[in-house]
Amino acid sequence: MDFLTLLQVLDSTVRLATPLLLACLAGLFSERAGIFDIGLEGKMLMAAFFSAAVASLTGSVWLGLLAGITGSLVLSGIHGLASITFRGNQLISGVAINFLAAGMTVLIAQDWFSQGGRTPSLMGGGRFNDITLPFADALSDVPILGPVYAQLISGHSILVYVAFACVPLSWWILFRTRFGLRLRAVGEAPEAVDTAGVSVIGLRYAAVAICGLLCGVAGAYLATGLQAGFVKDMTAGRGYIALAALIFAKWRPWYALAACLLFGLLQAVALRYQNIDLGGVIIPVQVMDALPYILTVVILAGFVGKAIPPRAGGEPYVKER
Amino acid sequence: MDKMPAWADAVLVPLISLILAALLSALVIIAIGESPAAALKLMVEGALMRSAGWGYTLYYATNFIFTGLAVSVAFHARLFNIGGEGQATLGGLGVALVVLYLPWPHWSLALVGASLGAAAFGALWALIPAFLQAKRGSHIVITTIMFNFIAAALLNYVLVNLLKPAGAMDPASALFPSATHLPTFQQMFSSADAPLFRGAPANISFFLALLACVAVWLLIWRTRLGYEIRALGHSESAARYAGISPVRIIIVTMLISGGLSGMMAVNTTMGESERLVMNATEGAGFIGIAVALMGRNHPFGVLLAAILFGFLYQGGAELALWTSIPRELIVVIQALVILFTGALDNMVRMPLEKLFLSMRKGST
Repeated sequence: MDFLTLLQVLDSTVRLATPLLLACLAGLFSERAGIFDIGLEGKMLMAAFFSAAVASLTGSVWLGLLAGITGSLVLSGIHGLASITFRGNQLISGVAINFLAAGMTVLIAQDWFSQGGRTPSLMGGGRFNDITLPFADALSDVPILGPVYAQLISGHSILVYVAFACVPLSWWILFRTRFGLRLRAVGEAPEAVDTAGVSVIGLRYAAVAICGLLCGVAGAYLATGLQAGFVKDMTAGRGYIALAALIFAKWRPWYALAACLLFGLLQAVALRYQNIDLGGVIIPVQVMDALPYILTVVILAGFVGKAIPPRAGGEPYVKER
Repeated sequence: MDKMPAWADAVLVPLISLILAALLSALVIIAIGESPAAALKLMVEGALMRSAGWGYTLYYATNFIFTGLAVSVAFHARLFNIGGEGQATLGGLGVALVVLYLPWPHWSLALVGASLGAAAFGALWALIPAFLQAKRGSHIVITTIMFNFIAAALLNYVLVNLLKPAGAMDPASALFPSATHLPTFQQMFSSADAPLFRGAPANISFFLALLACVAVWLLIWRTRLGYEIRALGHSESAARYAGISPVRIIIVTMLISGGLSGMMAVNTTMGESERLVMNATEGAGFIGIAVALMGRNHPFGVLLAAILFGFLYQGGAELALWTSIPRELIVVIQALVILFTGALDNMVRMPLEKLFLSMRKGST
């Protein structure tokens, strides 16, 4: 593999890791506050559809992004209502949200566009275009570092940079602010937060809303950045891979970045090569497809360090009377 | 003190949830510019007014009975087995291996062999998540989701690289030998002057599903193991105190659950396609969740809910054929049923409990 191919694989790694990273951070906020969310997939799908639909109707990708985030937030609201207000089973609610998104997106797409459950292809202002960072062209002749800067770091859509900026931002919010401390406390010991006079319900709704916001950006990037338009089931299990990455990262932002880049790399390699020949041993493409899930199971099994979820995760909070 | 009479808990709550889900579905149909009444009429005519329609409805219902029972058995031990899809995928592999590589003189023997193969492979696929939950405390929901994806990749590999006949294009196994073809409802109930179930895929495995309902009922409410499963589901500490090993019960329950999911493949792989194809499960593993929730984890409830979903599936196919409503409407209805009977259960239950309490106060 020469240097240029390596750069190309890494470049598509960054692109493929972006939606995973956003969804993973979304899940991080939610689960740190004690709300399990297996509905990441559905929220991304809903956001992907509404961003592509509105972008194609108005020609403005920014309105599309807004619509995508709104769609995702509505599903977050349902999840919050079911799991916080009515103290239902968070996992079942997540399953319902995934199906709701899978069905509604195709239903509305068919009703609005009549193209077999897809949106028209986005063009021009309907997409997030790649932006070239300053000096990228001028520096591209510098050996090694030049091409790395020009191809790998420069030349992505704005949402990619937003996603990567979200990693330190999430870390700062969760571990350096009062809000973050309370949010983490609500996932570990909600009764303590309640005793201190802080609203458990309010904090959990805030976490679920942040989760919806980030899933919305993730979905919008899928439909308007990575691809040009919405197609049926376009998230293709990314929400679950993000969930896997979250466990792999043991619910920590910087590790989430590493896990998402790793899983993005696996996807990029699986896309580029069918079967990989490692000196006589041929690794079939299906192994690459399954590897994120296998790695997560191994982590969950506790063979490589133990992944301990937030203590109050999955349990509705009942105020003592 | 019971807040509600038992009949309200068993019938009223699910009924109201179902009505809410149906109302919202009707709103969705209105929103896309179709008439809910006309849609319902079309669905009933297509799925229930002709014997062929019933043939499809019961074919789908067979799948949903198996996966619904699988989810409900796990629910009794308070385990959420979301991996029915993967277990059924592996079940299909079990069926194909048994039917293709063993010589079967008659379909009845093959049915027994294939059922055992399907159950064994499905159970095997549930074993690792079960073991990890029981021994290492890793959450079974996450591991079973992961195993769904691993199963899909595994089946893809096996079909493309191992089972596909040489020269064939599509990733599917060879056709099963004709001696192992299961009798369909058409062959069983049709006569020359009264053709019934023409062309419909419903087959003898529907009765296998009915047997499974009875077996699960016996298991849960009439055996020591069933008692232990329910005890663990109610309180792990109490079960432990009574000398029940949670590790053993979790693993055994998941093996039964996985086996039931796997047996779904007898219907799809042996009864319908008569060869192993990619994605034969078509999401039935997930519908099992809706079926189990609606059926209140009781085999009889599961049977009714499975037939209702079979009707929805067949009716949805009719809708997609004759109107501009896509099949995905069924996915939306399924989501609403899961939402209202599962996650938003308390939304219906809380006001009802208040109502019954105030009625009781008024009468005394």
